[in-house]
Amino acid sequence: MEAVAKSNDALALDPQLDTFPKLVRLNARRLGNKVAIREKDLGIWQASTWSQYFEEARLIAIGLGSLGFARGERVAIVGDNRPQLYWAVMAVQALGGIPVPIYQDSIEKEMEYIIDHAEARFAVVEDQEQVDKLLGVRARCPYLQHVVYDDPRGMRAYGEPGLVSLAELRELGRKFEVGHPTYFDDEVARGTADDIAIICYTSGTTGTPKGAMLSHRNLIATARNAALFEGLREDEDVLSYLPMAWVGDHIFSYAQAIVVGFAINCPESAATVLADLKEIAPTYFFGPPRIWESILTGVMVRVEDAARPKRAIVHFFLRLAQDIERKRLGRQAIPLWQRLLYPLGSLLVYGPLKDNLGLSRVRRAYTAGEAIGPEIFLFFRGLGVNVKQLYGMTEASVFVTIQRDGDVRLDTVGTPITGVEIRISNEGEVLFRSPGVFQGYAKNPDATRQTLEDGWIRSGDAGFLDGDGHLKIIDRAKDVSHLADGTMFAPKFLENKLKFSPYVREAVCIGQGRPCVTAFINIDLTAVGNWAERRNIAYTSYTDLAQKAEVYALIQGEVERVNRSLAEDEVLRGAQIRRFLILHKELDPDDEEITRTRKVRRGYIAQKYAPLIEALYSGRDRVQVEAKVTYEDGRSGMMRADVRIHDVSSAQAAP
Amino acid sequence: MSRPGPSGPLLEVDGVSVRFGALIAVNQVSLRVARGEIVAIIGPNGAGKTTLLNAISGFYHPYQGRIAFAGKDRTHLSPPDVAALGIARTFQNVALFRGMSVLDNIMTGRLLKMRGSFLLEALYWGPAKRQELEHRAFVERIIDFLEIQAIRKTQAGRLPYGLQKRVELARALAAEPTLLLLDEPMAGMNVEEKEDMCRFILDVNQEFGTTIALIEHDMGVVMDISDRVVVLDYGRKIADGRPAEVRMDRAVLDAYLGVAHE
Repeated sequence: MEAVAKSNDALALDPQLDTFPKLVRLNARRLGNKVAIREKDLGIWQASTWSQYFEEARLIAIGLGSLGFARGERVAIVGDNRPQLYWAVMAVQALGGIPVPIYQDSIEKEMEYIIDHAEARFAVVEDQEQVDKLLGVRARCPYLQHVVYDDPRGMRAYGEPGLVSLAELRELGRKFEVGHPTYFDDEVARGTADDIAIICYTSGTTGTPKGAMLSHRNLIATARNAALFEGLREDEDVLSYLPMAWVGDHIFSYAQAIVVGFAINCPESAATVLADLKEIAPTYFFGPPRIWESILTGVMVRVEDAARPKRAIVHFFLRLAQDIERKRLGRQAIPLWQRLLYPLGSLLVYGPLKDNLGLSRVRRAYTAGEAIGPEIFLFFRGLGVNVKQLYGMTEASVFVTIQRDGDVRLDTVGTPITGVEIRISNEGEVLFRSPGVFQGYAKNPDATRQTLEDGWIRSGDAGFLDGDGHLKIIDRAKDVSHLADGTMFAPKFLENKLKFSPYVREAVCIGQGRPCVTAFINIDLTAVGNWAERRNIAYTSYTDLAQKAEVYALIQGEVERVNRSLAEDEVLRGAQIRRFLILHKELDPDDEEITRTRKVRRGYIAQKYAPLIEALYSGRDRVQVEAKVTYEDGRSGMMRADVRIHDVSSAQAAP
Repeated sequence: MSRPGPSGPLLEVDGVSVRFGALIAVNQVSLRVARGEIVAIIGPNGAGKTTLLNAISGFYHPYQGRIAFAGKDRTHLSPPDVAALGIARTFQNVALFRGMSVLDNIMTGRLLKMRGSFLLEALYWGPAKRQELEHRAFVERIIDFLEIQAIRKTQAGRLPYGLQKRVELARALAAEPTLLLLDEPMAGMNVEEKEDMCRFILDVNQEFGTTIALIEHDMGVVMDISDRVVVLDYGRKIADGRPAEVRMDRAVLDAYLGVAHE
């Protein structure tokens, strides 16, 4: 921990401005009438200014105070991205409390684990759906007492004690303030940079969630460094659509918004995000690869539905743009005819398309979390959207490396931002330290020791720094393994290659200690469904569609494509996919098969689908499967299906 | 739960019979629906449930018996007049304007509330504009309530069945009914959609105090959400009571051939 202390000293913060509530107060004075937050409600974008932001949060804080809030207390925050919940985060921090955002789609059991572990006495939640879950949790969690909810709909008949609406809380606050006029200011003044600002529970691909503790200093320093590195301005607009429980949203929609003073925009509902994106046209945008993928899939589906001449024009110009971009990233010369045609493409295709997607104002956008498919990356960059790769972790307050403008490459994640140092361990693991390095996992010193050594964080990723100081990530260090004959096998590398196909939504590759590599595939229901409709293939459900012979043929082509590209790679040539099956159900976080951030939980899947894996390594071409499915309300049922297995030929390297 | 409003039943059906030629579809059925109640009408196929609903909403006229709404006799009113009284309904086979957007479909539910001249409407000027904005704001509340923001501008005919049912409910709600008649609101839905629909029906009842009469086949749903269950068989009422009572009723079990539940 000494090293952390040292790097913290180097970063002194003004004691008047060393916590988020103090910074919001500054914004309220400095940018009082500037929009801080917009929310689409009842079909209209409703804006609140920085002074309203501060006042709303202040009232919530005093209301919590009236309920006997104590410093250091943890508060669960659960719901979609809503201004009220961001205000609640600030309110809790203002009182020296620690917000603990929880994924809103968590089932009761997951919520119970976190609330119990964090010993949260208060929860601030969005609506009845969350209240119901928390009341269930409260029956078993002795700590949880007060549940505050925002949306009163459907709540009329609830008589449970300790249940209070935000409106009532504000009223309580107003009354409390009469007797305690300086309560809020006093509490804010007591806050310091090294107070814990938030605990983010990482879903983790193994074991139970761990609560990463980040201090105000961690977040302010990292948010500021990244903002300077990237030249963020007060007039940025972001769309706050990723779960509040995820540290990324906390950095982009809360920390950076406050530090820089830009506006955030809350979509109307999870289902309207793409439409809201178009209306807001953000200047600063973040999306994990699957979001970029789904935007691209949406575009392609619509293009395929267009009339033939239009389709031909669009395809021609999209190919041109990607070709130019590939050459540009590869530092190759771009032929004159392509340069001349690009402006025409902008006029006919790129401009209108960007406008339609809501990406025309983007000055910088990031993708992170997983590798992004080169086709997807080139597609957006080709259109002129400045998408860049970012490498980060919860434990680093997100930012570790970013691709600098003008120094973007396909296969690296960029260079360290200001204040970050990177080192590669002897085993090839990426280590780093920065002012953003977290304060440890809550109540879990063992895990903290494993991750944090002398101020350096062990990322768990295998990678290296290239000659120009760019970081390149290969795979999760623990996932890289070998086939029975000793051939190197990097499952995630293969899975990402598979997922680059628009038809493949999720893939799990198996091969450790086995004679060859096999794969489970999840098809993309939108893309394959549309593909099937255009070919008049009728289907009733995901399960039905997944087992169609035509769909197997389609996916087989995609697997063969991956094998061909693998044949070019000297190290991984031996690890081609020899057999695959399409799973009868989609991998689902409710079934614990993937995390809420959609990372595959390899160990759990290997155990759950052991019979399928055995079938892949036997000669059979079909297998019966039974699987437990968990519904959204936490109940579960059984699902039976007949799954086909296909062989794939291996490809040889081109001579 | 306390429910406001004047006392006395909201809807009184007294010895109503409906016949099609020689076929007596509804035979001397009487029932009462109190204000704020959720009443389920169940029965085997052909029991006369939809016919009864149609008689209440004015599509059919009973050849004998009397129907009173809020204490006033309205046995022989036409559907528009019934609607003007504050009764709205949805249909067994979704009846939306398929080529219109969801928003426009719901706006049609407000038509009865709209006043104004054709000319002003056409020019979108003055009171017409103000009125349009007011109605749109009301419709937005319903869209928010039923969580259909994402399909606001989608053509109704392109929606999956479950959502079309929800849009139909939205249109019925747009008329601000005192009595809402739902004809199999959950037919053809999967478990999750059914749960959503149940929640919406309960929420409507609770938030707006709307009285609801619904026909439904899913016994689990009926037992869960209704305050009272009325059972029809061959056009006659054979039971009327709280779900738990009806579930045990001999006549009901017989009507369903002894496999009444689940």
